[in-house]
Amino acid sequence: MSDVDIRKAVEEELNNIAPEIDLTAVSPKADLREALDIDSMDFLNFITAIHHRLGIDIPELDYPKLVTLEGAVGYLTAHRKAAKD
Amino acid sequence: MAEFRMPSLGADMEAGTLVEWLVKPGAKVKRGDIVAVVETQKGAIEIETFETGEVEKLLVDLDTKVPVGTPLALIRTEAEGKPAAVPAPEKPSPPAAPAVTAAEPAPPTVPVPPAAAVPPPPAPARPMAAPVAEGRVLASPAARRLAGERGLDLSTVAGTGPAGAITYADVERGLAEAEPAVPAAPVAPPEPSEKPPPEKKRVPTLNLEAMRVAIAAAMARSKREIPHYYLEHQVDVTACERWLSETNASRPPDSRLLMGALAIKAVALAARRFPAFNGFYRDNKFEPAPAVHVGVAIAIRGGGLAAPALHDADKMPLDELMSRMRDLIQRTRAGRIRGSEMADPTITVSSLGERGVEVLYGIIYPPQVAIVGMGKAVVRPWVVDGAIGPRSVVTLTLSADHRVSDGHAGALFLAEIGKLLQEPDKL
Repeated sequence: MSDVDIRKAVEEELNNIAPEIDLTAVSPKADLREALDIDSMDFLNFITAIHHRLGIDIPELDYPKLVTLEGAVGYLTAHRKAAKD
Repeated sequence: MAEFRMPSLGADMEAGTLVEWLVKPGAKVKRGDIVAVVETQKGAIEIETFETGEVEKLLVDLDTKVPVGTPLALIRTEAEGKPAAVPAPEKPSPPAAPAVTAAEPAPPTVPVPPAAAVPPPPAPARPMAAPVAEGRVLASPAARRLAGERGLDLSTVAGTGPAGAITYADVERGLAEAEPAVPAAPVAPPEPSEKPPPEKKRVPTLNLEAMRVAIAAAMARSKREIPHYYLEHQVDVTACERWLSETNASRPPDSRLLMGALAIKAVALAARRFPAFNGFYRDNKFEPAPAVHVGVAIAIRGGGLAAPALHDADKMPLDELMSRMRDLIQRTRAGRIRGSEMADPTITVSSLGERGVEVLYGIIYPPQVAIVGMGKAVVRPWVVDGAIGPRSVVTLTLSADHRVSDGHAGALFLAEIGKLLQEPDKL
């Protein structure tokens, strides 16, 4: 799975939660909780969906690393590689 | 024969539109099955039956708006067996409840003459089956049919028949009185010309404008009728946060817990111990509720709010409470709330979550008598065992009905919630 696929997965899952948001207009460094107005339940649903889709384990302690688009894609890419190696 | 009726899904609901039948005549149903979908101001609500038996007849066509209490279908209950050949004669005492309870008309509506408080019949034919039936008003079938056709809420009519039952003539009189008083009656007769084809598949949607109207009506009524008092209490939730991170560390995302689940459980346990905050204020008196059904305030994207019930929240283990809360929030945001969830909350919890501000002062959702607010957790210098250290602190608030309780009891109730949150492993 490439970086592009991971980005696509992240964007699709976020769109499921916040369908009215145009993610291309969201800064990659913006806090998703603010930019998308998502609460802790939405965020947990996002993490759950990503976990099922990409098979990547995301401990709660790592949540802060996934609160931006850039951070989420970077984290998932790194852990995807680590899982393969 | 049991009647499956348009339920009252909140004090502000006067009518609903039947948009989907999920059963056909002849279908077997059991208590708790979802049999129909009703469109209300709060969106599409799935309606459960409280009877077990066989669907005898559907009485209301799709896309018809009918007042609360209108029979929608006949269900032959198991006890009754096969249908009688002849329709039963008009009985003066169908299973009935005191009038004007669940179906209590919200303002703006026809003023209720005092005589409308129909006394309960001497001996109900069988025990009350369902909250849905609470809105039942004694009335003859002819009266009921006329009221249904003309969109008149039977609970606003004074009955002169046996045991105070409403007769055809009473409805005629009620209609005459109601006509000038209801400028824009929300209850419209069926409009055949606008009927979409019945095969149309319903896409669950939330009508945010209608939801805003419903919120406005309920909150205006609350502020007009309920003498609120407010208390607040700062609670150290460090123990909760630690316990959550330890518990969640070994769990996959599907089974992780959130702070909100702990808060709901704590409120539910405290409400069981302090019954003056759990129940309904109706007909000028407080009715404590025998169970604790916590209304969970859920924000809807685009600006909406619903507070459906998490049933028996005091009795559920945390894991079950969490998964039910998750399901409830997802369905509510997708526009799939069940009727009992709308009508049943006995107390509400409103939590701001991780973002936003520290304090929330709730407005009681009538006919409930209390709402607990929870702000976001903030790290504050705090004295623990004589030393100052950083602790995670949440401000809890209580808005309660002064007709039912006083600040003294409210303070004990709120303090109890704080105490329960000190031992999250025992929740």
